[in-house]
Amino acid sequence: MGRLFGRHPNWTIAVLLAAVVLVWLIFAVWPEWLVNVIGRKKTFVNTLINGLTLAGLYFLVASGFTLIFGLMRNVNLAHGAMYLLGAYIGYEVAEASGNWFLGLVVAFLAVALFGVLMQVLIFRRMEGDDLRQTMVTIAISIIAADLMLAVWTGTTYQFTPPEWLFGAITLPIVSVVKSSGDAVFIKYPAYRLAVFFLAVAVGIALWVFLNRTRVGMMVRAGVNDRDMLAASGVNIQLVFMLVFGLGAGLAGLAGVVGGTALSIAPGEDLRYLLASLVVVIVGGLGSISGAAVGALIIGLAEQFGLAYFPTYGVVFTFLIMVLVLAVRPQGIMGGR
Amino acid sequence: MIVRYISKTLLAIAIVFAGWHSAKAQETIKMGALATLEGAFTVLGEEGMRGVEMALEEFGYEAGGKTIELVTGSSDASPDSALRAARKLVEQDGVPILVGPLSGSEGLALKDYAKTHPDVTFINGSSAAQDTTLREPAENFFRFTGDGAQWLAGLGEYAYNEKGYRNLAVLAEDYSFPYTQVFGFLEPFCRLGGKAPADARFWVPIGNNDYSSVIAALPDDVDAIFVALGGADAVKFLTQYGQAGGELPLVGGTITVDQSVLGSKGRIRDQVIGTPSAGPISDTWDNPAWREFQDEYRERFPDGFPSPSLFAHSYYISTKAALLALDEVNGDLSDGGKAYRRALANLEFETPTGKVSLDERRNAVADVFLTEVTVDDAGNLANETVRVIPQVNQTLGLPYEEFLAYGQVSRENPSCE
Repeated sequence: MGRLFGRHPNWTIAVLLAAVVLVWLIFAVWPEWLVNVIGRKKTFVNTLINGLTLAGLYFLVASGFTLIFGLMRNVNLAHGAMYLLGAYIGYEVAEASGNWFLGLVVAFLAVALFGVLMQVLIFRRMEGDDLRQTMVTIAISIIAADLMLAVWTGTTYQFTPPEWLFGAITLPIVSVVKSSGDAVFIKYPAYRLAVFFLAVAVGIALWVFLNRTRVGMMVRAGVNDRDMLAASGVNIQLVFMLVFGLGAGLAGLAGVVGGTALSIAPGEDLRYLLASLVVVIVGGLGSISGAAVGALIIGLAEQFGLAYFPTYGVVFTFLIMVLVLAVRPQGIMGGR
Repeated sequence: MIVRYISKTLLAIAIVFAGWHSAKAQETIKMGALATLEGAFTVLGEEGMRGVEMALEEFGYEAGGKTIELVTGSSDASPDSALRAARKLVEQDGVPILVGPLSGSEGLALKDYAKTHPDVTFINGSSAAQDTTLREPAENFFRFTGDGAQWLAGLGEYAYNEKGYRNLAVLAEDYSFPYTQVFGFLEPFCRLGGKAPADARFWVPIGNNDYSSVIAALPDDVDAIFVALGGADAVKFLTQYGQAGGELPLVGGTITVDQSVLGSKGRIRDQVIGTPSAGPISDTWDNPAWREFQDEYRERFPDGFPSPSLFAHSYYISTKAALLALDEVNGDLSDGGKAYRRALANLEFETPTGKVSLDERRNAVADVFLTEVTVDDAGNLANETVRVIPQVNQTLGLPYEEFLAYGQVSRENPSCE
């Protein structure tokens, strides 16, 4: 911290100040003039948490996408299809067994297997040919979308989360103090908070996997120089399979998590593909921490845009993308 | 240049052949059916097609001595997709009769398109924006199902007088049909003294996924929320509102608590029971013709909803009108369909939900049902009839000129301050 302060004193002060203001905005009871300027506190705090939980969901989807790209230079445009496939499989399993968690696990495993098969049967045949691989993933996503439409029709599906995650919990944040002196606390859906914590857990697990395990070391080495890694005797095909499986599985997992928070219907595949593309472009292609930063920025921008500028809110995300591409084309956390 | 010349020649030849072909094959009449088989309203579109099938089957795919050949088209609730699909049906398949579209703004687009093809007869599916027939109607566009304001006749008074609501928030999709519904509901509600100011109205795009920001912004000091969302959008909002611990009572737009939502796979039960609404059908209406229609639907579509939704009903009525008029002119469309359209305009027939006829702008005059969501004997959610409002017309009983003075439907009409 001290070193940071020494190097960028102005920035550090600005960031600290912003953090203090934010904490105050969250916990203080808002005075009248502030409510007049930016609206009620309930809206602000809810939008903030909404942004964080949406970021969590985006991170779950985008981390798999960026993992696959980082190692294999494969822009997997079928990632959205995997999200949707995971959601449908998870739905079927959860409905049949009555156990939501079983649905989650099966969706992860099934889509991971699907990813491994894709890698072994298709992408291995065109290794190093990035453009061809990308075209093939587009084809896969279109075919998969139509097949899923045939099987699961156009109906909107909605998961039932476990009973203890349904409903709202009261947060220890005071919204307003009524004239009678009673404090009104802010309520928030329990499930959506769980999404955020799950995303944080997955993020930490990925970090540990990449930085503290032997396989993770191989993956990092592969990101830097594939040929060198192969030359040093590592079975690189096995590493590829593993990473593709993991990335696809994360998309499947996100399908169940996101399908429960929102809903599953045809078209969601493209929505999440677009979301993960924007997230990784902003955060930096191939970097897990970039996916986290990108998801955070996009999630918050989307929610604040929708809440405070409903008509133009949608543009925010793309404005940010344009800005990042103009100023820092490799993405915020992108190397090279 | 040459390419354009050749393509023009080819087109001319094709037209000649098409004319010759249709003259020869006069024994069949092609009928187009257009519904949203993609996007957020997919399920609604599938329901619409069920209605078309039911009517065709009732007539044995024959009307006026001709065999009816069904050609279907699909859109995604956006006006340009509806236009594309209609173009394909009219210009490539050459249908002389087109039933559709499903969604409000699609209807507005098709009305304008209808003006460019005066020899083709357009019969609305279930789209219910007001200006499809109210202002600058097309001579060859017919609507046997009413508009969104008609459908809510009586609901504003009911919410004010019997429910006792005074301040409302409004949540609706951002296009012509919900504008029409909001107008139809708020006009009487605010005339009685109710309030729903512009900053308590929330407009979301069709296909919006995440309602958390809207739920966060809902005011606390209102008595209820008027929700005019359809299909997947309604299911998503109701589920998320439940998850967020929302406790305000709801007042439903016509398709918000319709079977296409009530019959969906979602956890909406606690949110919707007791919600008042109004529309052209009521699931529990005790009437032999309706019961028969219900049984027919259940038998034909075991994987459909527990009871036919508004969309099956609307498309059924529209298709039936098309076929009845064909019977009347003995399948003769040779004069560019003029006689056929005259027959349509004068058509008056009994539907499963009472008598339907058309006004001078070819918009339906029909019964409207005031309903409330309950659980029926089989444990399904259903709209129970509160009362029937007979023979509502598009101007809600006012003279045409006087009704126009209310102005076009929009986000701010009426202002309700």
